[in-house]
Amino acid sequence: MAITHHPAPESLMSCSAGSMPEAFAAVMASHIAMCPGCRKQLSVMEQIGAVLLEAMTPTAIACEAEVTSMRDLQERDELQPRSDGDVPAPLVRTLGTSLDRVPWKRAGRGIWQHRIALSHEGSSTLRLIKVAAGLSLPEHGHRGSELTLVLRGAFRDTRARYATGDVADVDEDIEHGPIADAEQGCICLVATDGKLRFKGRMARILQPLTGF
Amino acid sequence: MPFRQSHGPQVVQANGRYLMSMTEILQRIAEGADVEAFRKLFEAYAPRVKTYMMRQGADANTAEELAQETLLTVWRKAALYSGEKGSATTWIFTIARNLRIDKLRREMAWVALPDGYDQEVSHDANPDEALAEQERRTRIQQALAELPPDQHEVVVLSYVDGLSHGEIADRLRLPLGTVKSRMRLAYSKIRDDVEDLK
Repeated sequence: MAITHHPAPESLMSCSAGSMPEAFAAVMASHIAMCPGCRKQLSVMEQIGAVLLEAMTPTAIACEAEVTSMRDLQERDELQPRSDGDVPAPLVRTLGTSLDRVPWKRAGRGIWQHRIALSHEGSSTLRLIKVAAGLSLPEHGHRGSELTLVLRGAFRDTRARYATGDVADVDEDIEHGPIADAEQGCICLVATDGKLRFKGRMARILQPLTGF
Repeated sequence: MPFRQSHGPQVVQANGRYLMSMTEILQRIAEGADVEAFRKLFEAYAPRVKTYMMRQGADANTAEELAQETLLTVWRKAALYSGEKGSATTWIFTIARNLRIDKLRREMAWVALPDGYDQEVSHDANPDEALAEQERRTRIQQALAELPPDQHEVVVLSYVDGLSHGEIADRLRLPLGTVKSRMRLAYSKIRDDVEDLK
């Protein structure tokens, strides 16, 4: 698959630093698992962290590690589960291997969603969204950030077409009017800033109905 | 926040020789569970990882436990490490980073360790690759030291203090877009300096 839209470099940096809100880190990790080019950039960025770690002033450690009888503790098999289907490797533990077995909840005409539970409620939100062919993806006119990864099918907005593996790294205040591909529809993984929830009175009323 | 040019008495000489030996030490641990090699690695890195943990708000005891856990994880996962995939320090940084997310922030560390995305792990470090790795590191050090202070500041707040872009914007009272563009500029400078090393 040819990926043409990648996350912004500053997003990749924040990810390599381990300082992204959790939902965004999940979307980034999923893209990284699908994209060798971003993996390569990530490894350069991780070296920035390594250089900064080495430059840190040491703080004295009281006791030393007890390592004499630890040979048995060595591990060999902690790699991420392999992904055979269209679920990116980092999400396999949470979702299983097939997007067809996700417990979708209807969220409107031609729209389904599945919330993925994170460690803390409220800081950022992670969900899968499935949109039928030719329909608009939900938009919330928000002021927060949003990061969308296409897992199946495609969508287009005012600027470009996003297919499997592509990321739309949307800044605040951008209205992009996304529409699902006319033939295949799309399934996306979407991280949103927690702040956009419960924005106004109308949104509060609509939220339980639509899930957005 | 001043960037320390000196890297401590022994860690990373300008020619990168010490870094090379750390990578070798890690390979020795991987091959034979070499306790003496591990002790060297521990003495070089655990005190720095402790500082790293304290920078994100861990108290001294917790930071020490996490530093020990980081190095013990290095020991346990040594068999997964391959010199081809990056330097020992990068490997240790990513382990510390993920532990900090897991234990201090109590969130899932979604981004895998450098080898985590590859199912086939090779243990035969290619010497050319190792050399390019050292050179890349030296250049990243230089590039970081030469960044304008405002760009250097956001990089440190992100990597060392573990702040998100939004939190950096709040801390520095800057618009989010300014934080992002400073990060982007810092990276493009660093990338330009290492790009010819493929």
